[in-house]
Amino acid sequence: MSTLPAASELTGHRRLRDWIGDRLLLLLTAGASIAAVALIVLIALKVLRSAHLAFSAFGLSFVKSSAWDVNHKVFGALPGLYGTAVSSLIALLIATPLALAIALFLSELAPTWARVLVGSLVETLAAIPSVVLGLWGILVLGPIAANHLEPWLSRWFGWLQVFSGQPSSSGILIAGLILAIMVVPIIASICRELFLQVPSELEEGALALGATRWEMVRGVVLTSSRPGIAAAMILGLGRALGEAIAVAQVIGAGWTIPTSLFKPGDTLASKIVEEFQGYSTKLQLSSLFYLGAILLVIGLVTNLFAQLIVRRFDVYRTGAR
Amino acid sequence: MAPMRPVDVAAQTEPSTPQSRETVFDIQGLKASYGSNVAVKGVDLEIYRNLVTAVIGPSGCGKSTFIRCLNRMNDEVPGFRQEGKILYHGIDLYGDGVDQIEVRRRIGMVFQRPNPFPKTIYDNVAWAPRILGLKKDLDERVEKALKGAALWDEVKDRLKKSALALSGGQQQRLCIARAIAIEPEVLLLDEPASALDPIATASIEELMHDLKTDYTLVIVTHNMQQAARVADRTAFFSLDVDESGQGAGVLVEYDETGKLFTAPSDKRTEDYVTGRFG
Repeated sequence: MSTLPAASELTGHRRLRDWIGDRLLLLLTAGASIAAVALIVLIALKVLRSAHLAFSAFGLSFVKSSAWDVNHKVFGALPGLYGTAVSSLIALLIATPLALAIALFLSELAPTWARVLVGSLVETLAAIPSVVLGLWGILVLGPIAANHLEPWLSRWFGWLQVFSGQPSSSGILIAGLILAIMVVPIIASICRELFLQVPSELEEGALALGATRWEMVRGVVLTSSRPGIAAAMILGLGRALGEAIAVAQVIGAGWTIPTSLFKPGDTLASKIVEEFQGYSTKLQLSSLFYLGAILLVIGLVTNLFAQLIVRRFDVYRTGAR
Repeated sequence: MAPMRPVDVAAQTEPSTPQSRETVFDIQGLKASYGSNVAVKGVDLEIYRNLVTAVIGPSGCGKSTFIRCLNRMNDEVPGFRQEGKILYHGIDLYGDGVDQIEVRRRIGMVFQRPNPFPKTIYDNVAWAPRILGLKKDLDERVEKALKGAALWDEVKDRLKKSALALSGGQQQRLCIARAIAIEPEVLLLDEPASALDPIATASIEELMHDLKTDYTLVIVTHNMQQAARVADRTAFFSLDVDESGQGAGVLVEYDETGKLFTAPSDKRTEDYVTGRFG
């Protein structure tokens, strides 16, 4: 009582509908992938072409120049590069230990209910629109920093030039703090996945040797995740480097290289946000695109670097070296 | 499975007379469960010093759970509970104030799958001595442990190479070296050769013969020939299913290996060792 057709039915019965369906699936998926790649290339081309005017006027010395003078037609990227590097570095320095602590708690130590609850709350942090976070920075974080954090820093660490000077509610330090908040969920969620991937046999092996939890975490979990942690940090860095709106809201704007972190400054991205609407000359617009091109290159390089680390230093994969 | 050949049993070297042996573990009415699942219950047995004690039985009879109770590795499993007593030199391992870390420092464990750390060969062995503060003469300690695990000659020229490059059998001997580097008294081996090929298995078995002069060994194995080859005493666990259909591991018989395999006193043991079941 089989409903199966005879074996002779195996050939010559390919239905047109099936054929079209398969082709269509291939076409749609391949098309979407190609479109994504094409978009990256087109954006890069547009940015480079728009930066051409500034590039032919200033060449590579644009990168070393601190000028930004519309009337005298001189522009340079150095203050923005400084602001970008310093604010991102502050963000990374603050966010990494916090994120590692969160990831360890969620993957190794927390009871199950807390893993779910805290885990999703931390990820919600990444869902806060950056413009909202920037507003919170202006209204809450800025005043707190100006009234408490910065006076405290200058009292104890004032002998360091970066922590000297008048506290202010907008500046590079506050931009770094805001960026840290944005970077924490990225690093924390990647690291949590990394730690969960550490084979439980390794953890048991360490515990069976009389290791404490902390010794097990330090000796086995952190060591075998080291390259992944580095990659997570670089991905977080990439996020910090490119963030524009929230930074523009709290950094205070100033195309200078301030000696104190309390003072206002600018990042490449915040400068573009601040001036794109009200540019007055073509050269100024092209210079903004030049800043954008630099940012694009930095972004691509950090991303490639992160991928390289993951591939090159994967301890389990390269164990046979 | 083929019945035991008398040769295997005859290969046992010295007769083991428990009367003259010091008791290391005295287990009384042990019951271990995960949540509402009872893994093993009603276990009473004594494990003697400088002997190899094998735990055999069909899968699901709780032999792994049992051995993991002996160094409190089950503490890491959520929902685990134990009742009864495990006396180690007269001290209740689950008593108040007993530190797991101290327990595991004295009672080492080797697992089913070799689990070397993704570190160098040297650092694998040196890791536990370092965290326990045994940093004096570390090189000698590492060498001694690797020699004790019969691995030294194979790795002495590449101590700084990754342990993951070793073969499975070498990795397992490295794990044994890692465990004996902190000079425990007892070594628990949870099916240490089940993931290895026959040649590597033979080297592990040979090693166990050498190790028992310095250590007390407890080995879980599903391989009866292996138990017959390496163990002085053997405990047979089986699965006991009650009226409600709930199964739990029980200790059926515990005796000298020769006797357990040739003249078992329980019908279930006889069925198992002659291959009629399991």
